[in-house]
Amino acid sequence: MSTKAERGRLAVRKTYKLFIGGAFPRSESGRTYPVNDAKGRFLANVSQASRKDARDAVSAARKAFGGWSGRTPYNRGQILYRVAEMLEGRHAQFVDELRAAGLGRNAASDEVDAAVDRWVWYAGWADKLAAVAGSANPVAGPFFNVSTPEPTGVVAVVAPDSPLLGLVSVIAPVIVSGNTCVVVASEPAPLPAVTLAEVLATSDLPGGVVNILTGRRAELAPWLASHRDVNALDLAGIPADEAGPLEEAAAGNLKRVLRPAAVDWTADPGIGRMTAFQETKTVWHPVGV
Amino acid sequence: MSTETVAGAAELRAFLHGLPGVDQVGVEERAARLAARSIKTSAKAQAIDAAIAMVDLTTLEGADTPGKVRALCAKALRPDPDDPAVPRPAAVCVYSDLVGVAVEALKGSGVKVASVATSFPSGRAPLAAKLADTRAAVEAGADEIDMVIDRGAFLAGDYAKVFDEIAAVKEACGDAHLKVILETGELATYDNVRRASWLAMRAGADFIKTSTGKVSPAATLPVTLVMLEAVRDFHAATGRRVGVKPAGGIRTTKDAIRYLVLVNETAGLDWLTPEWFRIGASSLLNDLLMQRRKLADGVYQGPDYFTVD
Repeated sequence: MSTKAERGRLAVRKTYKLFIGGAFPRSESGRTYPVNDAKGRFLANVSQASRKDARDAVSAARKAFGGWSGRTPYNRGQILYRVAEMLEGRHAQFVDELRAAGLGRNAASDEVDAAVDRWVWYAGWADKLAAVAGSANPVAGPFFNVSTPEPTGVVAVVAPDSPLLGLVSVIAPVIVSGNTCVVVASEPAPLPAVTLAEVLATSDLPGGVVNILTGRRAELAPWLASHRDVNALDLAGIPADEAGPLEEAAAGNLKRVLRPAAVDWTADPGIGRMTAFQETKTVWHPVGV
Repeated sequence: MSTETVAGAAELRAFLHGLPGVDQVGVEERAARLAARSIKTSAKAQAIDAAIAMVDLTTLEGADTPGKVRALCAKALRPDPDDPAVPRPAAVCVYSDLVGVAVEALKGSGVKVASVATSFPSGRAPLAAKLADTRAAVEAGADEIDMVIDRGAFLAGDYAKVFDEIAAVKEACGDAHLKVILETGELATYDNVRRASWLAMRAGADFIKTSTGKVSPAATLPVTLVMLEAVRDFHAATGRRVGVKPAGGIRTTKDAIRYLVLVNETAGLDWLTPEWFRIGASSLLNDLLMQRRKLADGVYQGPDYFTVD
């Protein structure tokens, strides 16, 4: 009688799929593209999203916006903290994926720690942002005049190539204030993004708040930039000299655009990425009577 | 044939039960197969314009006001304010007490006014009340009457009662077209849908319509396929052409185009005009307009840039 090890086990390979509306569909186009590790060895075939997948993702994000932005900031903070808990539970898996992407053992472990910490840091901002970014304005009249930040809507995010810390650092500030988003993952290193999608799917985050597409940036970004049901665009993963046409397309419906800039993802992020995707609502209220 | 007599009622019953049964798996499979057909670029542009021209723009809420009906009529007159080339929908469909408002707003435009009648959506009222409802709508100027059948009587097997009611309403319609709503979501089987279709056509219906939109499931592709087969066979048998109107739950351009494919493949090209095929819908029109502009501009559209119904 042979033991299990002697017989060998059939490998259970993972199919890397998209994350749209809380589900994991393959690309509508049926396409995939190969992803290699830092040494050029084959790692996996990943879904190559088409413009129709991008459109479906925007629909899902739009559908989720009302519910997510309507939650109390406190509740959003709780849910984001829950995401951090789940991230922590996948620590080892993220380390393996970052090592495949070229990081050393310690560097990979440090980056996962930093990503979880970053997420917790942003989660804490959920119920503080309005106090910091809002204001009570002195006006020349008998009015209380109050400005509060409100989420802008659906944000299309082209994620940077920092496969986990950079990804987390662009998603968390968008959704913490009540926006929903469509994210185009790093093209050369999308595997951590797919694993992050699995984390998000199991952490009380309503389906559609974050939608993650893997595929060619050059193919997907123009469709998202011109889509008239998208309210803002984060070009973090686009080289500065290629941003021009996307900014032009985004002007079609006056999207807010966060232009690409050289960012040290390990540095203190500040609140800029959160306030970039906010509208300001100012209310005049009569005093006294 | 008359159902006044016991013999007439028996003949009707024997006829309806003598219709061949519907192959449920087959009809669902065929509808799914046709729904997978890909309609792109210039064909899609034609299909979108055809679908817009077949829409019965509908508002059937308890909260309808004259203002809302006027707004809907304005939308029918100029579906896309930015583009005068967009065809007008076939009709505006309202409750019978608001027909006058719609007639006034649509005067001279060619857009028809349709009114639901006969105690829509339940159909539970005495025949006299149903006829009074119908006459009031016709007198107010409705071009088309959408009546509901008495599903209770149909399911109880009292086909003669259903037949007589349709015939009486048809008479009360005068020159107005009569659309008969079968409410297929309550008929339970495709066999019943086929029987109800033949019953309505024999009683004088100008159109057979799937649903009120108040019952789920509303229009589905397989049900519409069965009804299209019925009008095709009725035309072959009698030479009289009857139209079909799926209504309820058709919200996207993709759905609408699937119905157009179904019409073309089942009843044939002759039915593919607003005269013989309509789509009862409200939110569908905006999706058609968005897709139309997407084809023109090459940019995905958002609902923020189209009128709210």
